Amino acid sequence: MKFGIVVNEGPYQHQASDSAYQFARAALAAGHEIFRVFFYHDGVNNGTRLTVPPQDDRNIVERWSELATENELDLVLCVAAAQRRGLLDEGEAQRNGKDADNIAPGFRISGLGQLIEAAVQSDRLVTFGD
Amino acid sequence: MSEEGTIKKLMYVNRKAPYGTIYALESLEVVLIGAAFDQDVCLAFLDDGVFQLTEGQNTDGIGMKNFSKTYTALGDYEVTRIYVERESLEARGLSETDLQELTYEDEDDDWAEKPSLHIVGSDELAQLMAEQDVVFSF
Amino acid sequence: MLHLINKSPFERNALDSCLRLAQDSHAVLLFEDAVVAAMDGSAQAECLQEAMNRLSVYVLGPDLEARGLPKERIVEGLEVIDYDRFVALTCEHDTTQSWL
Repeated sequence: MKFGIVVNEGPYQHQASDSAYQFARAALAAGHEIFRVFFYHDGVNNGTRLTVPPQDDRNIVERWSELATENELDLVLCVAAAQRRGLLDEGEAQRNGKDADNIAPGFRISGLGQLIEAAVQSDRLVTFGD
Repeated sequence: MSEEGTIKKLMYVNRKAPYGTIYALESLEVVLIGAAFDQDVCLAFLDDGVFQLTEGQNTDGIGMKNFSKTYTALGDYEVTRIYVERESLEARGLSETDLQELTYEDEDDDWAEKPSLHIVGSDELAQLMAEQDVVFSF
Repeated sequence: MLHLINKSPFERNALDSCLRLAQDSHAVLLFEDAVVAAMDGSAQAECLQEAMNRLSVYVLGPDLEARGLPKERIVEGLEVIDYDRFVALTCEHDTTQSWL
């Protein structure tokens, strides 16, 4: 089965990203494919490499990055939502005259079309949010 | 853009009032972008989502962009089926006359202007929801 | 269709609306804060029991445990599941709807 996963909320504030992560791990363990994880609204905040959570807490961003590396996942941050919230990759930073970029490994920035495509191409779309 | 031959039934379910959170605005964004994918699309407004369609929104006093007129342009994006749950309207003291008029031009009928907004009861909405391949939740 | 509910019915109307619009034989999964709806003797229990006559209702075990709600005290007939079964449920149903 091919899954599309949508994460609508940022890390730590809501359980959405945690639930999506647990779901993704279980799906991969069961031998399913994850076509794409699309981060939307405040969910784009899951993709900043600058988070520094306390040592005794889970590192939500790193956890996604590692899962992506291990399983070649496509983690996509919605570009409009990301720009509004100060999430920039190198290209976006240059284009917008900003002095830094902050995208974590394994994530990429792209448009809303990627969400529609995930919905059309996946067998199942599962959304996690507030 | 989509894989040839793949046409899915997509429903956008809107359950939140506008402006208090960004979901209503973002839902519109996805609908507009999604129009290019030639899927079988419909929109549902229920619970506080019915407030997204009210006539006469004025955001001057809150300093936010008024996006309510965009709903009237949905017909140009071939979004021709917009469902509003009657029970949600009634529970909030609203009726159809409080909502914007939404129409589309039917190319199969000499571009006649037709209403795209339909007030439906819970039973009918439930039936429509159950038929979908994908539900986008806002 | 599999309906996902993640909010407490004491805080939001997601469960209410879902039960109003879910068709017979659909499935409902309570997870995150929605697991509080599963407690037997709660103000929601009766409504949940009624729903279970026509819908399959599941509750996510890890979220119950995290909130200190013992399985022994949830509404009788509710099925407690883990993440593996959550994934399996999404496969068994053609469409998943999140009531956010």
